[in-house]
Amino acid sequence: MSRILGPDDVRRALARIAHEIVEREPTDGLLLVGIADRGDHLALRLATEIARIEAVDVPVGVLDITFYRDDIGLTAEAPEVHETRIPVDVSGRTVVLVDDVLFTGRTIRAAMDALMDLGRPRRIRLAVLVDRGHRELPIRADFVGKNVPTSRGDDVRVMVSEVDGEDGAVVEDGTETRTLRGVGS
Amino acid sequence: MNEHLLSMHDVTADDVVRILDTAESFREVGTRVIKKVPALRGRTVVNLFFENSTRTRISFELAAKRLSADVINFSSSGSSVSKGESLKDTALTLQAMGADAIVIRHSSSGSPYQLTKWVRGHVLNAGDGTHEHPTQALLDLYTMRERLGRLEGLHVAIVGDVLHSRVARSLSFGLVKMGAEVTLVGPATLIPPDAPAWGVQVSHDVDAVLPKLDVCYLLRVQTERQRLEYFPSVREYSRLFGLNRARVDLLPEGSLIMHPGPMNRGVEIDSDVADLPQSVIEDQVTNGIAVRMALLYLLLGGRAAEQQEGA
Amino acid sequence: MAGPELLFRGARVVDPAGGRDAVADVLVRDGVVAGVGPDAGSASAEVIDADGLVLAPGLVDVHTHLREPGFEHKETVETGTRAAAAGGYTAVAPMANTDPIADDASVIAEVRAAAARADLADVFPVGAITQGLEGETLAEIGAMVAAGVRVFSDDGRCVPTARILRNALTYARAFDDVVIAEHCEDASLSIGQQMHEGIVSYSLGLAGQPSAAEDAIVFRDLEVARLTGGRLHVCHLSTAGSVELVRRAKADGVRVTAEVTPHHLTFTDEDLRTYDTNRKVNPPLRSAEDRDALRAGIADGTIDVIATDHAPHAVEEKEAEFDRAPHGTIGLETALAVALTELVVPGHVDLPRAIEALSTTPARLLGARDHGGPIEPGRPANLVVFDPAEPWAVEPPFVSKSRNSAFIGRTLTGRVRYTVRRGELTVSEGKATR
Repeated sequence: MSRILGPDDVRRALARIAHEIVEREPTDGLLLVGIADRGDHLALRLATEIARIEAVDVPVGVLDITFYRDDIGLTAEAPEVHETRIPVDVSGRTVVLVDDVLFTGRTIRAAMDALMDLGRPRRIRLAVLVDRGHRELPIRADFVGKNVPTSRGDDVRVMVSEVDGEDGAVVEDGTETRTLRGVGS
Repeated sequence: MNEHLLSMHDVTADDVVRILDTAESFREVGTRVIKKVPALRGRTVVNLFFENSTRTRISFELAAKRLSADVINFSSSGSSVSKGESLKDTALTLQAMGADAIVIRHSSSGSPYQLTKWVRGHVLNAGDGTHEHPTQALLDLYTMRERLGRLEGLHVAIVGDVLHSRVARSLSFGLVKMGAEVTLVGPATLIPPDAPAWGVQVSHDVDAVLPKLDVCYLLRVQTERQRLEYFPSVREYSRLFGLNRARVDLLPEGSLIMHPGPMNRGVEIDSDVADLPQSVIEDQVTNGIAVRMALLYLLLGGRAAEQQEGA
Repeated sequence: MAGPELLFRGARVVDPAGGRDAVADVLVRDGVVAGVGPDAGSASAEVIDADGLVLAPGLVDVHTHLREPGFEHKETVETGTRAAAAGGYTAVAPMANTDPIADDASVIAEVRAAAARADLADVFPVGAITQGLEGETLAEIGAMVAAGVRVFSDDGRCVPTARILRNALTYARAFDDVVIAEHCEDASLSIGQQMHEGIVSYSLGLAGQPSAAEDAIVFRDLEVARLTGGRLHVCHLSTAGSVELVRRAKADGVRVTAEVTPHHLTFTDEDLRTYDTNRKVNPPLRSAEDRDALRAGIADGTIDVIATDHAPHAVEEKEAEFDRAPHGTIGLETALAVALTELVVPGHVDLPRAIEALSTTPARLLGARDHGGPIEPGRPANLVVFDPAEPWAVEPPFVSKSRNSAFIGRTLTGRVRYTVRRGELTVSEGKATR
């Protein structure tokens, strides 16, 4: 197992992403939506950072994509369900999806389908902390914390202090076994 | 979770927590404009209802449709069953149609168990005779947890014809499993003599029990002739056990009044009581869809049992 | 039909009527036992190596349902007696609840004729006590006695009043060795019963029959037997209470005999939690205490015989909702193995006592002089030879036309290898010969 990001790396990456979002997107009508269950903490931190640099309060929501996964019925047990809570209507907004790791692209595909059922966003952007390659669908991130080349079988995990006690990211040499969370990242 | 949901004995306390938590997410789906998610797209759910029950059938139908599953409704009045086709033949026909899950309501206790011998899909018991009605119990547990914040340690009384009530059985088993204190209340002829073996208390004095309750759960008391053999008259039942204004005042503040429906106004519950805010009878209906969605999702969302064995 | 000369060599011969439990050779010739003992040999005989096997008098079932005439889709006299032979039985007594009911000599003759055509086991038809099993007027007991009937029963139903039972017991005293066999059940406590009434029936949501439904009528019937001095036989006991009542009545000198079924010696109401309709029987399977009392009753002789109450029902009748399925389990093919598995192996009774309950005493009850032993030269060769230790799993298909066995899925110990009826093999090497 090797560490690819330490706490300072995470802090700097999030600060840079916040600046990039503010540079490229109008803050008017912006909505950050974190994908459960670590993306939402990252989204909150981005909103805090944006408030600090622009003195603007961007609304933050959390989106559970479980019901939109493409692997329901393929895993031993039904995938675990999380909460969806988005405080404003997504229609007409610039939604920035926030996730920890971008891998095959399937999670983001599911997230976009979920968002579309909630309304009609004006545009959707994607911000991820780690992009580890191996896309299986034509999906790309607009804002990336770090690009990390990996082998297909590796396991990449992001930790956030709110959940794991510390910030960081590690990569573990792969076995083929996928955890529920791992599939479709 | 097991392959089927036939009885509350099929789920552990952890399973119940999981079901209720999953139902939370589905309740949120119910507040959206598009109340539908694609989770069970391509699956077929059959509602096999041999007893008339518009309310429960619609609840299951909505639950399946909101999960994007295909639904086939098969009710006894308009089918070959009333012409004498056997339960087994009906089951085999449904299986040939590719049913992934069969929701069965039947007047014979144990019918869901027989069904599991003849079909490959998942079987959900929507009420079998006087045996059990686990989805009703689960939605009641959901309502209690949501309103009162917990299940452990709650004092719940189930009042009425326990002997003939499948809801009473499922709810008792479920509440005891989750650490609640259950008291069965009713005439001695309508409470099974060995009920304490279920981990519950028994009382024939509803006024003594009411002041200690977090939940007063009323059962429908049937007034057909064969039931009247168990108590002398509706008037006497109502006088001894009916929930009227005076009895409601005995209930502690914040306690709930619940009823699985449909209500016999004037028998087990007075009309004006049924419409009080303490009464969460309407909530029970809304929560029913979310809980049933959770059950269908958890049962069908994993790999089919036969695939697992071969995998 | 006499069959070939057979020599069973080295079997453990268990013959309570003949006072024997020892290893010996048994020679069968011209339909009778020709010799028993080390010198029983014959140069012309077909030798069957019976080392490790048990040889006993052919089993006799005092309570069975062959369903013919009227219900041939469930069983016929032919298929039923073939099943009996497969189970080691050489004689069976079919109950009268056929269609038409066996309440007169003509139906009795019809059953006898069917049995003779099948020629697989001796059949001793039971006659009805009352006409049409209606419980109101006595049937023509005298005519049936003349036709060879010794046991009368309205089984399926209980004689509804003590008065009718009193008349039957008294009337029967005029005839030698006639027995009135009662199915003891208070109908008013038994309405819609699906199983034993208790915490299990309450949990399963099935209407129950309390033990009192049987105990109350056993008490009534024993008092009437005491009053009349008649010979009473109590069918399929199922409760601890009944066993105790019979025990005390016997101590008082009441002329009563009692039977128990293999399934009541095995199962309890807990075995119904899967709603298996093959375990829906009447009287119902009761509590563990009741089952233990029944086992003790066989052990101490309070219960005289094991009888199968073999009750075949067609597949489509049993594969239905629990409350729509008819009551009953088949039992002829498994009775011996159950007795070994549930009584002998655990040490509740020894093998001779089990054989006595399955053969010796039932034969005497029916007046079936050619059956039940003793196994000695000159007596008709009605025998069973079995492996007391062979395990086997009970699964359909069965020799019986029906397959509603409560024992499906269980492993039993003890398997019939040969059944000899009047000197002819009806079962050889575990298979029916015809």
